[in-house]
Amino acid sequence: MNIKKILPQLLTLLVVILVFGFFSYNAQINMENRGITFGYGFLSQESSFDVQFSLIEYDGSHSYFRAYLVGLLNTILVSVIGIIFATIIGVVVGIARLSNNYLINRTAAVYVEFFRNIPLLLQIFFWYFAALRALPLPQDTEPMFGVFFLTIKGFFVPAFVWNNLDVFIYSIIAAIISIIFIRIYAKKKQENEGIQTPVLSISIGLLLILPILSFLFGGVDASVEIPVIKQLSQSGFTFEGGIKLPPELISLALALSLYTATFIAECVRAGVQGVSKGQKEAAASIGLTPNQVLKLVVMPQALRIIIPPTTNQYLNLTKNSSLAAAIAYPDLVLVFAGTALMQTGRAIEIVSITMLTYLSLSISISIFMNWYNKKIAIKEK
Amino acid sequence: MNKLNFLQPDKNNFYTYLYTGVILVALSIFIVFLNSFFNKDIVSFLPGPISFFLPLILGFIGLHLIRIDYSGLRFLDSINKNINTNNFNAFLSLLIVFVVIKSLPPLLSWFIIDANIAGDSKDVCTGSGACWTYIKIWFNRFMYGMYPNPEQWRINLSFIALAFLGCVGFFATEKFKKYLTLYYVVVYPIIAFFFIFFFISGGPIFFDFSYGIIAAVISIILGFFIPSKFKMYYFIIVPITLYILLKYVFFYEELIELGKLEALEWVETGAWGGLSLTFIVSFFCLIFCFPIGLFLSLGRRSDFPIIKYISIGMIEFWRGVPLITVLFMSSVMFPMFLPEDMFIDKLVRVIIAISLFEAAYVAEVIRGGLQALPRGQYDAAKSLGMGYWKMHILVILPQALKLVIPGIANTFLALVKDTPLIFVVGLLEIVGMLNLAKTNPEWLGFAMEGYVFASVLFFIICYAMSKYSYNLEQKYKTER
Repeated sequence: MNIKKILPQLLTLLVVILVFGFFSYNAQINMENRGITFGYGFLSQESSFDVQFSLIEYDGSHSYFRAYLVGLLNTILVSVIGIIFATIIGVVVGIARLSNNYLINRTAAVYVEFFRNIPLLLQIFFWYFAALRALPLPQDTEPMFGVFFLTIKGFFVPAFVWNNLDVFIYSIIAAIISIIFIRIYAKKKQENEGIQTPVLSISIGLLLILPILSFLFGGVDASVEIPVIKQLSQSGFTFEGGIKLPPELISLALALSLYTATFIAECVRAGVQGVSKGQKEAAASIGLTPNQVLKLVVMPQALRIIIPPTTNQYLNLTKNSSLAAAIAYPDLVLVFAGTALMQTGRAIEIVSITMLTYLSLSISISIFMNWYNKKIAIKEK
Repeated sequence: MNKLNFLQPDKNNFYTYLYTGVILVALSIFIVFLNSFFNKDIVSFLPGPISFFLPLILGFIGLHLIRIDYSGLRFLDSINKNINTNNFNAFLSLLIVFVVIKSLPPLLSWFIIDANIAGDSKDVCTGSGACWTYIKIWFNRFMYGMYPNPEQWRINLSFIALAFLGCVGFFATEKFKKYLTLYYVVVYPIIAFFFIFFFISGGPIFFDFSYGIIAAVISIILGFFIPSKFKMYYFIIVPITLYILLKYVFFYEELIELGKLEALEWVETGAWGGLSLTFIVSFFCLIFCFPIGLFLSLGRRSDFPIIKYISIGMIEFWRGVPLITVLFMSSVMFPMFLPEDMFIDKLVRVIIAISLFEAAYVAEVIRGGLQALPRGQYDAAKSLGMGYWKMHILVILPQALKLVIPGIANTFLALVKDTPLIFVVGLLEIVGMLNLAKTNPEWLGFAMEGYVFASVLFFIICYAMSKYSYNLEQKYKTER
């Protein structure tokens, strides 16, 4: 051990400790002056503020922890919606970028260049304050397909009313578990005897038959509740029944998915282009059909390139969903780091909880990605 | 004459197929064109669904007929190859063409034909199109925020001066080329900082700035007559001496006088805004985040465990949280960490926060470049007896940074696109100003124009940046 190795490390450590010490010392003094004691006890106190959109039951009499959960669930909701649509649009545009049709190729390129060079916040504002404000009032709305109502107050869609919903869910879970077993069995059978089992048709059949059986014998019953217009006052109308998606959610999900889709499209394009031509030719020359080439040779290799950056984009989407605070969609940042912080004044505790939530989310995903990358990496000798 | 088979066009009866096909395609486009530009439906005698799909059907058949391989006509071949390879492609091409033709008239009428730009109040905006008058009236605010009008020349002058100083690299002769890196990394940021900090914010502190500029100019002029042997010492000693002489000897009496009046009005950072603030914030964050990121990436690959884990912790922390929470932290949590009498300006706090945040991303990008270098480079440098710093500065970093130009450019683009988020702490750059203008009771209802305007501005800036980075990448590309 020589001094040249230890000295710089000790110096850095010292600086870090000094900075942290300085900060925490000041924080202590500041909090003493303001008469606040550090602690997370406030989480169980009554929150006494309302949130306009929540997935779980919530009102002012619930605790701050419940408010945190409401915000977290709303964040997850908009992220999941955004991820689904971003993936669909991104894959379609990415494939269109690869098309040899000049018009399709250019259209996709224009879309990608345009949407990814404009700040996401601007896009959210555009959809919320400009585009969705041009929608009609509830009383003037023409229904889409007779059941969907797109109004300035939100998107009203029909809801399912279930009897014995749990039986239905159990039947689906049972179908999925049996499909997994059948897959394992089919793989083993192919390895041992070389006989292929039509797994795909069997699994589709199972997924259809079991829920239908639950309808026939399990007492499951579903009916559709269509939103109906209702007059509140002289000029105020609204819809009753069905599910209401607030305009904040729509514009946020729209902007997030359109923005992230451009990045996913580029990932998809890079992935498919990354598979060398020789692979396809080699696969064709050993007599695989074009479908088999795509399924067994191209896609596994392309996915290896596509999935890591795409997961990164999903993570970015989830983090970007915090921009919801700008248009008052009640997500984690707005509900917890906004309203709850204003009410309690506990800046350190609340901001740290919010940051830790996002941090644990992204670190767990990056740990999973590292594991996945190691698993799918090409094992070279 | 061969038999005509319209299901399989071939080269025998070539011109029959060609003319029929071209006429059909032209007819279909003509129908859509008339329909969208002149609002005339010439096929309205047909039943509804058929008249709606008729152009598509006609065009589809037409494209099918002209799909003849190796026709010998170059134009036809290129059409067939590019937009008409098979039925599916032909269908999609037709759809795209029709959608473009259909959407042109409303777009044109909104942007140009029915739009208003004359006049200077809301009353002139009677057309159904855009109201560009709104942008014209508010243009000043969108560019400079709440910065007082008579003082705006200061922002213009600073930006023009900085742009000129930034172009020095293009005019430098061979002799000075080797100093360019030093100039851009050290001298230029300092000059820029002085310009923005002293000149744009103004106040009595401005005199220090002008003395500094005078001292620098005099010493540079004198510098040409100094033998190069002493230049190093000269440029350290003379400007500082001159500055001190100017401030405390020559103008000391006047300074006391002048200190009472204010040469340049003090403009607090809260009043800065608009596009100029976007530029200021992204410029400073860009300057600061690069060196921080560089050190973090070197730290992450260091052999010293403590430095390594501190760097990893820093990088993963900043990368794991959304920027908006970082800004929340800088606005509500950070003041708690400072002594009570210490106050850091809002803008400075924001710049520090964004710089640290983006530095983590820059660090990861640079680490990618460092990892991509073969071990041989390190070994070769070490075998020449180079130490850690010499090895990195002379051998490793020049190659690694060259490799990661696209990644760094992407990070910088992300930074520019992230600047609107500073609305969280109440600073209004261009998007914030738009939201403010939108709620002005005299100008309600013009949100669309504002957002379109800002989108076009940002698109131009970001697109130019990405094209420039692409050029840089091509310029520094070396075959390995």
